[in-house]
Amino acid sequence: MSTLAATTGPVAQSRSTDYVENVVRWFVIATIFWGVVGFIAGTFIAFQLAYPELNFGPAWLNFGRLRPVHTSAVIFAFGGNALIATSLYVVQRTCRQRLFGGQYLALFIFVGYQLFIVLAASGYLLGITQSKEYAEPEWYVDIWLTIVWVAYLVAFAGTLMTRRESHIYVANWFYLAFIVTVAMLHIVNNLAMPVSFGGPKSYPLFAGVQDAMTQWWYGHNAVGFFLTAGFLGIMYYFVPKQAERPIYSYRLSIVHFWALIFLYIWAGPHHLHYTALPDWAQVLGMTFSIMLWMPSWGGMINGLMTLSGAWDKLRTDPVLRFLVVSVAFYGMSTFEGPMMSIRQVNALSHYTDWTVGHVHSGALGWVAFVSFGAMYYLVPKLWRRQGLYSLRLVEWHFWIATLGIVLYITSMWVSGIMQGLMWRAYDSLGFLQFSFIETVEAMHPFYVIRALGGVLFLIGALIMVYNLWRTARGDVATEKVDAGAPAAVPAE
Amino acid sequence: MPWKQHEVFETRTVALTAGILVVVAVGGIVEIAPLFSIENTIERVEGVRPYSPLELAGRDIYIREGCYVCHSQQIRALRDEVERYGHYSLAAESMYDHPFQWGSKRNGPDLARVGGKYSNEWHVAHLLDPRAVVPESIMPPYAFLLDGELEPESYAAHLIALRRVGVPYDDEMIASAAFDMRNQASPDGDWQAVQARYPKATVGDLDGDPARLTEMDALVAYLQILGRMVDFSDVDPAVLRQH
Repeated sequence: MSTLAATTGPVAQSRSTDYVENVVRWFVIATIFWGVVGFIAGTFIAFQLAYPELNFGPAWLNFGRLRPVHTSAVIFAFGGNALIATSLYVVQRTCRQRLFGGQYLALFIFVGYQLFIVLAASGYLLGITQSKEYAEPEWYVDIWLTIVWVAYLVAFAGTLMTRRESHIYVANWFYLAFIVTVAMLHIVNNLAMPVSFGGPKSYPLFAGVQDAMTQWWYGHNAVGFFLTAGFLGIMYYFVPKQAERPIYSYRLSIVHFWALIFLYIWAGPHHLHYTALPDWAQVLGMTFSIMLWMPSWGGMINGLMTLSGAWDKLRTDPVLRFLVVSVAFYGMSTFEGPMMSIRQVNALSHYTDWTVGHVHSGALGWVAFVSFGAMYYLVPKLWRRQGLYSLRLVEWHFWIATLGIVLYITSMWVSGIMQGLMWRAYDSLGFLQFSFIETVEAMHPFYVIRALGGVLFLIGALIMVYNLWRTARGDVATEKVDAGAPAAVPAE
Repeated sequence: MPWKQHEVFETRTVALTAGILVVVAVGGIVEIAPLFSIENTIERVEGVRPYSPLELAGRDIYIREGCYVCHSQQIRALRDEVERYGHYSLAAESMYDHPFQWGSKRNGPDLARVGGKYSNEWHVAHLLDPRAVVPESIMPPYAFLLDGELEPESYAAHLIALRRVGVPYDDEMIASAAFDMRNQASPDGDWQAVQARYPKATVGDLDGDPARLTEMDALVAYLQILGRMVDFSDVDPAVLRQH
């Protein structure tokens, strides 16, 4: 099996001059820029929950308007640019073909996508939102994104269709599933009636329970396809490249690919347990969410076992460590998710910080870490440098960010479970024991710890910015290198 | 060995794309489509009506400020929630909510039945400075709502847009949208006319500033109708069953 996996594995580049690379470089810069913006926004609103005085008074600085800025900045700006950067890089190399549409189509996608981000974020600050979580932009932004997305699909699928390799590499299956499914979700969930074509306001086509179901069909698959399938595409290229090992199992990748994309779509109703959504839909959503555990771990196993025979590199290669720990976090949060989708567990966790902590173990541990690993891989390649400026700084980034994640998710576990238990606590006379505001008061220390976790994660990212900037400039730090460290430089 | 049966997906981009589309379409079709056709998804209860123009303006402000980020409007069918907030939420109660406002996180309490629980004055004081009323609150201040004046003439267009997506605003409601908006929040308005079209609407000078029609008037009017449309004292439990 490994011989076959090796033949269908990432193809070593031979004539890199053919590839569209300058636009990929800009996507890499955009990824890092928006990442820092998103982390700053997240850290600030985390402090707002701990110290509400930080809502200074103007509408645009209030938590309610800034929270979508944070979520969109990290998911669509940081994550989206990382996905487009890596997918355009990977699809060219694994097809041994220049990007379809060339330089100018890629440039349109770049400018168009950044414009989408700016339109969306400026809208939130001005109060222009349709209030559907992770789909907040109004109709005019949605239409623009649809155009850009079609261009992206054309460039990506066009490259696949004109490829010089006999087979489509597994990373591209995941990227393609991500692009196609996000298009479907985006269009259906954003169907809306504008009040006038001269103004931003619209009313969504669906109402109440149907709107809720459609929104969380979209919302959970923003997780499933934007933040999972797409990033599994990253894993399937960059883990084998950095570890210099073929993918562990070809058959496992087939089985878990189809199972993952089939099952994910059903999971939305677990956001609506015990609500006015009919029970049959809730039970379906729970059942498929639990089943989803298996293909999720299929992906984790395929990623981790790719290190067979190369585990020693974890000791010396901090970039590989980012990638591997991200897959471990993926495994953890895809166990926690199915558990939280069980109705009786969800009765406790829903509406609390436990959900927030769960999202961030996936977002910080999986999505951000695998992106950091890919950026550390890509920058020396794209700027034609021998290696990174400093592996020691990568180590610092890794440990500071990991500590930040630990503070974040443990504080949210404690505060979420505590608040859930306080809401349902009864005193000896049979009355509810706590008023709502008492549960808010109890959150305070954990909100402070969470915000400090965010600060650490942000500091780590700033260290990365410095390191990658020096790398792009061609600098090399004079630092003691451990024996075996050359393994960090992928052989070409 | 490669899987021969799978080879078509690995060598044909169109086959792979079509395969993906078919596989990801199934779940949504099975879970979403029946909600539109199964008749008792929406319980048949009396009293749910479209929002008055002033309430609708308040709801638009609620959305604009991201209130849904911290407040749910969905009381789950759990003992402690029913005791804390009131009767569990029905699908019928949000049947005219484009978009739904069920929320996903409670940094603050659920608001599905906040209507009528506090006075208009309490709401205004609380929105001006939450910690002046509830010292431990972490809610942002919304004093700027008093500075935002409403434009009643422009609101008929909102009702028309909602009628296009299925909310039963009739011609009379649309024609009198500006009238209703002004009169609902006016201390000497024609309240009877407003309440004839929109039963249970809270009327009067809602924001403490009788001279101006502000965003504060609108938000208070919206908050005061939440959860009050259905009278649960005469609802037959049998009609609440969904299948």
